[in-house]
Amino acid sequence: MTYDIFITGLIIIAQILAVVVPVLISVAFLVYAERKVLALIQLRRGPNIVGPFGILQSFADALKLITKENIIPSGSNKIVFILAPIITMVLSLAGWAVIPFAPGWVVSDINVGIMYLFAVSSLGVYGIIMAGWASNSQYPFLGALRSAAQMVSYEVSIGFVIITVLLCVGSLNLSKIVLAQQTVWFAIPLLPMFIIFFISALAETNRLPFDLPEDESTLVAGFFTEYSSASFVLFFLGEYASMILMSSMTVILFLGGWLPPFDIYPLNVVPGVIWFTVKVIFILFLFIWVRGTFPRYRYDQLMRLGWKVFLPFSLFWVVATSGFLVYFDMLPN
Amino acid sequence: MEIDGSKKLLKIFISIENIDRMVLYSLTFYLFSSVAVLSALMVISAKNPVHSVLFLILSFVNASGLFVLLGAEFLAMILVVVYVGAVAVLFLFVVMMLDINFVRLREGFLQYLPFGALLGIVLVIELGILFLTDRSSNIYNNQTPLQPIVNEVENTKMIGQILYTEYFYLFQICGIILLVAMIGSITLTLRDKGGVKRQNIDSQNTVDASTAIEKKKVNIGEGI
Repeated sequence: MTYDIFITGLIIIAQILAVVVPVLISVAFLVYAERKVLALIQLRRGPNIVGPFGILQSFADALKLITKENIIPSGSNKIVFILAPIITMVLSLAGWAVIPFAPGWVVSDINVGIMYLFAVSSLGVYGIIMAGWASNSQYPFLGALRSAAQMVSYEVSIGFVIITVLLCVGSLNLSKIVLAQQTVWFAIPLLPMFIIFFISALAETNRLPFDLPEDESTLVAGFFTEYSSASFVLFFLGEYASMILMSSMTVILFLGGWLPPFDIYPLNVVPGVIWFTVKVIFILFLFIWVRGTFPRYRYDQLMRLGWKVFLPFSLFWVVATSGFLVYFDMLPN
Repeated sequence: MEIDGSKKLLKIFISIENIDRMVLYSLTFYLFSSVAVLSALMVISAKNPVHSVLFLILSFVNASGLFVLLGAEFLAMILVVVYVGAVAVLFLFVVMMLDINFVRLREGFLQYLPFGALLGIVLVIELGILFLTDRSSNIYNNQTPLQPIVNEVENTKMIGQILYTEYFYLFQICGIILLVAMIGSITLTLRDKGGVKRQNIDSQNTVDASTAIEKKKVNIGEGI
């Protein structure tokens, strides 16, 4: 009996590692890719010293940061200060438990998968708020307040976008959401929702042009101003891992997950996980492209966009989609 | 791997056929419930109000874990999304901004203690009566330890089917009550002070060179 528990425990740990380790490695290469793409946009060369084409730059940076001294400000609330980056990191990895990379390639295929992802991504704000408050310093606190308001606002429209997709699928299970896109990817019939989701994902992950919580031109480094060394690394990893998570969510909801674009010969022999990866990389490239192209939004404009443009439009689209599905009797099951 | 089935969050437990599942259920139940109760105690005993809110969040998360154990995964996720993800964030937001004098906050403790204790006692008595009288209820009769009821229909679907048919009017009335509360709080807090500069996006977008720039002929030595 104890032997069985041991074996099952090992299998669970192996499954977790099989997801977490590739995610962390892809974070390292995402940081490298971001620096390289931004450099190309700005006609620079980017990292090119460490390793061939500078490909090991992220690992060098991580090593440098981890070996530095971890400074905890004397006026800070120490327990919350240390907990904040850990929570950010854990939450950005927790979401990966339900992501289906290919048919059957999922750690936990729960039937409320999309709700779970939504819940985990909405918890991400706690790391930021706790960091800002515990630092006991003005800039991080302002960053935390901005982030709280921003993430709550954009979550509302993300929720409506998810509802629209669910109306077309009839299930909250992520694998079923992917399988429902066998005829056509939802990005085509629900194109406006796809765009809204992508922009809200930018706001949800605090990426440019919505990175007001860390806004270096007004808030030094925003909520992680006081962080150094390993705790900074945790924030950094957490932020990029949640960026990849949001891209995977976009791919699953709108770009057909592991499905090939057309179910024809040379395309459908490619393994599903390759298609999934290619699509996620495409969305991540869009994230970086947007960063290199658009100026930062002003805070009131950000709020206006969330509450006065996205919210009414996505609400209207939910009503329109359900009306359409009922009228043409196309509701799933 | 199969996709159908209802209790995927419990897949780990179900896949372990050979070991006593009940032990794992009980262990997880006691873990979640003890942390929930302890953090609820910390909510009222923590000196710092921000810590109180953080413990409240921990309590919510553990309550959602208990819902998962009961097989009510939809309720569990809704609890996290609505209470932890939105309500508690705003709550934390407000508590962090308040300039609270911690010493003065403690002063009223003894004054409110009798009233609080009375409320607690009433609640305990009510729960006791429920357990003692309602002998037909599942809570009383169910001798087996907590375990999910595995249904054919997902509980998300079941909630939808009941909520939007049998309880449709009650559901709509709830919505209207919330709407009224929302409008009320907006009218109470929205004040137009006047003299506030606001950006008119439409008029700003329609600006072009002909309206934004004015050409003037300036005579030398005179200025405008």
